[in-house]
Amino acid sequence: MALTRRRYWAMAVGSVILRLLFICFSEDLNLGFRPEVATPVTSLRRLAEGYWLKNSSMSPYSGSMYHGSPLLLPVLGPLTVNRVKGLPAHLFCSLIFVIVDFVTAMLIRATGQKLMSTYHRSLQLLNLSCVQETAGHTHVGDLASLIFLWNPFTIITCAGSSTSPIDNLMIVLSIYGACSGLSSLASFGWVVSTHLSLYPAILVIPVILLLGYGPDAPPSKLFFLKKSNESGGSCPKDKTCSEQKSKEESHIRNFCWRPVLFFILWSLIWSSYILFLSFISLKEFGGLSEMVKKTHGFILNVEDLSPNIGVFWYFFAEVFEFFRSFFLIVFHINILFMLVPLVIRLRHRPCFLAFVYIAIMSMLKSYPSVGDSALYLGLLGLFANELAEMRFSFFLLCGYVGISLLSPVMHNLWIWRGTGNANFYFATGIAYASLQTVLIVECVSTILKHDRMLRNKLTT
Amino acid sequence: MAPTRARATIHTSFLLLLLVIFLSCDLLDRIIASSGEASEEEFTEELLLKPLPDKKILAHFHFQSTVPPSDSIGHHHHLFPKAIAQLVKKFHIRELELSFTQGRWNYESWGGSDPMSNINAKPPGVEMWAVFDLPVNDINESWKGLTHALSGIFCSSVNFLESSTAYSAPHWGLRTNSSSMRYGALPREAVCTENLTPWLKLLPCRDKAGLASLLDRPSIYKSYYHSQRLQLFSSDASGIILDQTLTVVLQPNVQRNGMPNSYDRFLQPNWSIMSMFKKKVTGQCALAKASSIFIELEDGLATELEKLGAGESWNNLAFDLSVAPDRVIKEHNSMEGKSSSILYEFKVVKYSKYEPLDVGIKWKLPLVWSCPEAPFHARRFLMGSGNERGSIAFSLQPTQSRDQFLSDSHKCTVRAVIFQVVPWYVKVYYHTLQIFIDGRSVPVVDVVEKISVSPSEDKVSPGSLQMMLRFPCDMNSTALAMDFDKGFLHIDEYPPDANQGFDIPSAVVSFPDFYSSRSYLEGNCLKHPPLLLKLQKRTVLQSYTEVLLVPLTTPDFSMPYNVITFTCTVLALYFGSLLNALRRRIGEEERLLKSKDSKQVGLIPRLLSKLKGRTLESHQSSSGSTASSKPGAKWLFKVIFVAIFAVLWHYYSNID
Repeated sequence: MALTRRRYWAMAVGSVILRLLFICFSEDLNLGFRPEVATPVTSLRRLAEGYWLKNSSMSPYSGSMYHGSPLLLPVLGPLTVNRVKGLPAHLFCSLIFVIVDFVTAMLIRATGQKLMSTYHRSLQLLNLSCVQETAGHTHVGDLASLIFLWNPFTIITCAGSSTSPIDNLMIVLSIYGACSGLSSLASFGWVVSTHLSLYPAILVIPVILLLGYGPDAPPSKLFFLKKSNESGGSCPKDKTCSEQKSKEESHIRNFCWRPVLFFILWSLIWSSYILFLSFISLKEFGGLSEMVKKTHGFILNVEDLSPNIGVFWYFFAEVFEFFRSFFLIVFHINILFMLVPLVIRLRHRPCFLAFVYIAIMSMLKSYPSVGDSALYLGLLGLFANELAEMRFSFFLLCGYVGISLLSPVMHNLWIWRGTGNANFYFATGIAYASLQTVLIVECVSTILKHDRMLRNKLTT
Repeated sequence: MAPTRARATIHTSFLLLLLVIFLSCDLLDRIIASSGEASEEEFTEELLLKPLPDKKILAHFHFQSTVPPSDSIGHHHHLFPKAIAQLVKKFHIRELELSFTQGRWNYESWGGSDPMSNINAKPPGVEMWAVFDLPVNDINESWKGLTHALSGIFCSSVNFLESSTAYSAPHWGLRTNSSSMRYGALPREAVCTENLTPWLKLLPCRDKAGLASLLDRPSIYKSYYHSQRLQLFSSDASGIILDQTLTVVLQPNVQRNGMPNSYDRFLQPNWSIMSMFKKKVTGQCALAKASSIFIELEDGLATELEKLGAGESWNNLAFDLSVAPDRVIKEHNSMEGKSSSILYEFKVVKYSKYEPLDVGIKWKLPLVWSCPEAPFHARRFLMGSGNERGSIAFSLQPTQSRDQFLSDSHKCTVRAVIFQVVPWYVKVYYHTLQIFIDGRSVPVVDVVEKISVSPSEDKVSPGSLQMMLRFPCDMNSTALAMDFDKGFLHIDEYPPDANQGFDIPSAVVSFPDFYSSRSYLEGNCLKHPPLLLKLQKRTVLQSYTEVLLVPLTTPDFSMPYNVITFTCTVLALYFGSLLNALRRRIGEEERLLKSKDSKQVGLIPRLLSKLKGRTLESHQSSSGSTASSKPGAKWLFKVIFVAIFAVLWHYYSNID
């Protein structure tokens, strides 16, 4: 399982070359028009339209075309206009996205290495190196980054001119920053990703936990248990004795407030900075209120009912107008409802918590795309050791393959041939949502079982 | 004392008398003045008939009512329709044009550059624009009120233009330019006699007398094209001028006796008012100031006549008019190398019920001519397939008459203005504008001189595009293309027949370098017939493109409940299973399993055993009964508790 360094780099470079090949043929593939790839929020065509409107001295948000950040316009806008004859239209943007994807993969790799080292250290502390040997010691960083790089979802998102690679980079940046204790980097990633797509705002919980407790480790209870087992001979029932000992010796799980305070401070600085930049770029137009209304308001209101791989578009196209606001609240609350129970059970594994949050987000967001799935499938590799005993993994793999083949077919039947109807495509959306549900639930229960297994190993 | 008193009374009575005389004089003055003003309200009726090259006849009715400026507008009128005067006053209208059209004007064979077609060709359905005399903020409110009032007056769905998704505010794309203008169109409006009747009610004689009595409904609605129009100008200086026109293109019944021969095939059909409208003119409307019928012979036809040496008399080699015209008018200052158009005028005043007027033409020689076309022919079409996206394309192609308009067609440039409104569900990407001249792609900046776009906002406003192009005169084709995405609507937003598709209103293409006018008269005297003054006015050439039909995908209209239940099931699955996974404590479960008494039997095995006929051991049932008695009491307690709660709840909710 362990990859040699050389082989790893060969595969990474191979994936980059594959991306470049895809970009060369992106004109024929028409990936930028696919509903799976480009959503109203991330579409590069809409960004080009926003840039054109801004250049014609109109607000980029006038009309209902552009719903992205105003800061992406000066960065990517000029690149959408520059065209080389004979080459694909969005060549420069796509090249940037290749670089962004590669950087994301490298950050995932670095995060994986951090996780690995903490995992080993904590297992050694618990005298459970045997677990490590039986469960195998996959280099999760390498594995996750390769999964991310070679995931077909990532590749088509990269070649298909949508801005979701940038969103993904910012999320990964925030997690990486939190893993390595860099408050400023973590807060930068968090603020920018929230600014770009709103949903990553909920990642504030795992990021704070990461900064406070450090990367994933077995539950702190096990350490106490270990301590009490060790000191069992000397003072078996004396609570004060064991507490003192644990305070003295295992101070790994103490919550440190310092980085968290730094994170909050940095977040304030970064968000005011970003708001200031947005304000400057929208000064002549509607200002910040229009920006919030057209970006975050657009995400929350589900105004665009064009089909995507989620389920909300059809729901809100069909639901009675009277109940619209009720269901909008119910659907968005569904994301928030799960935050607290997940924190309670998984607070010792903040990185895994972040992964679960990202998966929930990409399932329940109003304009999902495969780019979001690409991110959480990549992060899934980080927990390869813990999730080795996951059930249904073959079923899930088949499900993902089946959906990604069926969904374009159904879309084609409905939209292009007119032989199917909307229910065909919606059915694949439903199946996809159920599949993601199964994945999330299985991951969570496997991790809980893994912790239980560690506890059993420790007590027996 | 007495004489002084008497003198005093005389004095007072004298003063009173003076006062009375003075007052009455003033009143009289006022009455005279007002009656004088009222007498200035005028009404004229005219009908212009014109043979078209493709053996059809154009009949153009023109009714004009005017009211001079006065404070009493909207209170009392002699001739002018009160409803319209009140509209003008209430909504502060400067100009208004409303047209109801059925059929498409055929620019190739019915003409595009003569004033008749330039002014009167309208897009199918309803088109309405208005200029208001109001501050910018109040215009939308006034427009909404106006659409409702007009829809009430004309029994039509003009009120659909009230919604902000239906109208736009062009600044320079149309012939009339004003910042306080609103423009809207309903391409799918069906126009029928229910719209014509209220329109006729605005005329002082309705359709009981005068030229309006010719408006035989079956003949009008059988026509190839009919456009019923209402045009309004109001100003403080000239009062209100209301023009009502009805333009009909008819195919006269061919009544020929004898065997048809090859010669007959090229012969124009003979027609008369009787054959077209099933009626004769039995005198003018008594309230009309002037009433006349014109027959216009196009300059192309006049050239043919001149070639034959037929002259301009009313019965010549080529044709006979059934009635001698009262006046023959020739066009002034027509273009070089062409004969001038001829107009025969018939005064209706001379005719009565006993001596009706039945103007007609009997052709003797076959004549072939063509109508004056616009220099460029504008068309619009859709490209692409599927229901996800497509492109709108315009094409401008020179017609044969280009050289007549352009003296030196090699070194000049021509301007064209395109104004187009698209509904919000056609989401146009304006940055994808591509221009091709003679098939070669040209940078946009080289051709587009001026562009202003107001992009469409979902469910709020339509997108409108105003664009001025400048291209070389000697081009053979200019094409523009823009990509668009098709929107997806909520099921309530689809019209009843959703699969038919949605109409994009006609675009307006105008050529600011070219004007059309045809002057039959010397000078610009107000005494002239209003119709001829209309034709004389220099107007910018303008034409409408086709209405486009965009099919949109439809959701399944029968499924809202299914979709709601399926989606909620998936969400419940996610919520329930995840919460269950988090709630489970495997350790405790294992402990429970160990400690669980093997005696305890689940509900289902117990039921199964009951079904099997109590073959299980009796000691189990005895222990089960003791176990079940306790839960039974608990159950009873719960039920009573819920019942009490429900009763209390009901009681308290009824108190309010």
